[in-house]
Amino acid sequence: MVTFQFVPYHDMQHLSSSKRIQKLISIVKNEKIVVMEGRLRKEEEAGLIEETMNSVSRAFPGIEIGVIYPESGKLQGFEKLKNNVVNLLLGDRQGFTVVGPASIVKKIVRNPGKLELFTEEAKGSKTTKRRRKK
Amino acid sequence: MASFIRKILKALGLGSLFGRKDNVKLGLYGPPNGGKSTLANRISKDWLGEEMSTVSHIAHETREIVMKEQINITNEKGQGLTFSLVDTPGISTRIDYEDFLKRGMKKSQAKARAKEATKGVIDSIKWLDDMDAVVVVLDSTKDPYSQVNITIIGNLQARKIPVLIVANKVDLKRSNMDLIKAAFPQYEVVGISAKYGKNMKDFYEILIDFAG
Repeated sequence: MVTFQFVPYHDMQHLSSSKRIQKLISIVKNEKIVVMEGRLRKEEEAGLIEETMNSVSRAFPGIEIGVIYPESGKLQGFEKLKNNVVNLLLGDRQGFTVVGPASIVKKIVRNPGKLELFTEEAKGSKTTKRRRKK
Repeated sequence: MASFIRKILKALGLGSLFGRKDNVKLGLYGPPNGGKSTLANRISKDWLGEEMSTVSHIAHETREIVMKEQINITNEKGQGLTFSLVDTPGISTRIDYEDFLKRGMKKSQAKARAKEATKGVIDSIKWLDDMDAVVVVLDSTKDPYSQVNITIIGNLQARKIPVLIVANKVDLKRSNMDLIKAAFPQYEVVGISAKYGKNMKDFYEILIDFAG
């Protein structure tokens, strides 16, 4: 069985960077897949990788992470302006971040408009594929 | 477009990425097995006559930062660039002990390798702040949209570190440089084969061009 845990933006909003990272790592180490509303900051993503490496063991080989968010590059004119204003107001709230334990999530493939999660629940079991469409 | 902007910046005297520093550190970053050490060896051999890193098909062969100082490259017009080349361990979100066992390592070797590899990833991230410019080395036969690639490039962008993307392994049939260009349209991408030295002249020209 695969468990997804939703982490809403307001749960992370007031946390420091290190606490955000710790929160994600602790959920993932409990063999759950995090679906977080919004994105980490770039420095926090690097921090998450560092913290993951500090936690790596035989039982916890690391994480898989995928982020999906609206691409502003394709927007033009008023729509682009509107998107920029929304970004300014909502900060890192747009999009979703998926983080899973590497022992369960084999890989996450991001094509610009969708995330594909390839899971492997147990050795010898068949790989299953789950899709999250934007 | 990028080269056009660079020309304008140069004309305004703002085009040099390295010019204001004497001891320029040029980092090679990317995911494991992209060809960073192969490229480091190619550059070092081309300009110093000796290799600098060990290369292997097994991921995480480079577990420590390797630096070669005072590399001088020049082009036919006599323009040049001097830099210290920093080869870094591949950045990854997972280090699976089992993968090393599958590659035929003994348990103790695999355990040690995994431990060193995790430290290598941490060191690579810590060294980001020390870089003056970075060449991100991507395997052009692989999907460029991985979050590791996006995180590396995003962190360089956030730190305002100039980035050149190398699409390596263009000698292979499955190579798709256009996909890398589409994934990172705001950066210059140069296709090379570090292993066979293909297109290295263009790569050096672009490096020198960045240096002004």
